[in-house]
Amino acid sequence: MTRIAVTVNGSRHEADVEPRQLLVYFLRDQLGMKGTNVGCDTTSCGACTVLIDGESVKSCTVLAVQADGSEVTTIEGLADGDELHPMQQAFHEQHGLQCGYCTPGFVMAAVSLLKENPDPTEEEIRHGLEGNLCRCTGYHNIVRAVQAAARAGA
Amino acid sequence: MIPAGFEYARAGSVDEAVELLGGDADAKLLAGGHSLIPLLRLRFARPSLLVDIGRLEELRYVKEDGDRIAIGALTRHADLVRDPVLAKHCAVVSTAAEGIGDPQVRHRGTIGGSIAHGDPASDLATIAITLDADLVLRGPGGERTVTAADFFTGMFETALGPQELLTEIRVPKVATATYLKHARRSHDWATVGVAAAHVDGRVQVGLTSMGATPLRARSVEEAFAGGASAADAAAHAGDGTSPPSDVNASAEYRAHLAQVLVRRALEAV
Repeated sequence: MTRIAVTVNGSRHEADVEPRQLLVYFLRDQLGMKGTNVGCDTTSCGACTVLIDGESVKSCTVLAVQADGSEVTTIEGLADGDELHPMQQAFHEQHGLQCGYCTPGFVMAAVSLLKENPDPTEEEIRHGLEGNLCRCTGYHNIVRAVQAAARAGA
Repeated sequence: MIPAGFEYARAGSVDEAVELLGGDADAKLLAGGHSLIPLLRLRFARPSLLVDIGRLEELRYVKEDGDRIAIGALTRHADLVRDPVLAKHCAVVSTAAEGIGDPQVRHRGTIGGSIAHGDPASDLATIAITLDADLVLRGPGGERTVTAADFFTGMFETALGPQELLTEIRVPKVATATYLKHARRSHDWATVGVAAAHVDGRVQVGLTSMGATPLRARSVEEAFAGGASAADAAAHAGDGTSPPSDVNASAEYRAHLAQVLVRRALEAV
């Protein structure tokens, strides 16, 4: 076991983890934060996307020990009380989801994208979300949601 | 898919990493983990110890060094994409890095990890071999430099000794170069990739996913230097290669694709 200290959505957590523990399972099973979904488990689909120190990563491909000392942000950390984060609001208003399984990952990837490029073109949005798959193929509204969030200054 | 168990140690310096590697014959280095962790999960790799060098910020840099650019091994793909020194002096490194995986992968993956993994599908390995990069290795006996041509010895095999790590990649400044990658999906590995660059007054060409290692297309280079047109030189793209057949493409398709991409790359430089 290795002792780690990770700040998740602003709260510091100290825990003993097996070195092989993947970050996504640390979040889901050890911290009980089930908002981050496991999709493909092969670094392909992006459903498990979270932010480490503000940058999007696939948490199925990061060991929990690698996040030691870092700030992790998950989908649970975006809303301010009852007020949705502008990206969540935009996904809601633009209907940027169908079954919703990929949505937490898309929202986190989109938040990271706008942080690096606050005013992306449609092509840049599509390119910037290439690490996330929507098996419902609801991409058009997802792109519209990111455009709306960018306009809203997300 | 959960990796098999292993011990974990985080190195605080390059010297400590070398020392930790020396303590366990089955130890492996962990940088960004984006080649290694998928292999751990599939249990294709089962090291007894992971030596984590991912926090060694001393190996995360891009700087000018005379007529060369020195890139620290832990420089991440996303750093390479937006680096101003590379943009000015060796933009093909950024171009290749931008095509790796997706933003999430580029936030974690490192140039050193990509090269040291010895994967013939590595875009940055092809850039290294095309540009005649020098690779700086550190081990218990100190530092040594090997050329990219001597570094890649086989499929997932390199000149790295069991207790050595790659610390720096040195590339020349190049004014004109390109990297063309064909993949079925945007975030995929290259079905075939082709680099072409003017180095010391000569056009050098490298190939991704056309054999057990990244390859130089030497007969293309000779034909082009001898005055052949891009199309005629590109006809030699398959010489000396052994492209694999897999779910993405047959060997024949890859050989054809290599010719097309080499012609386009030669026309671009």
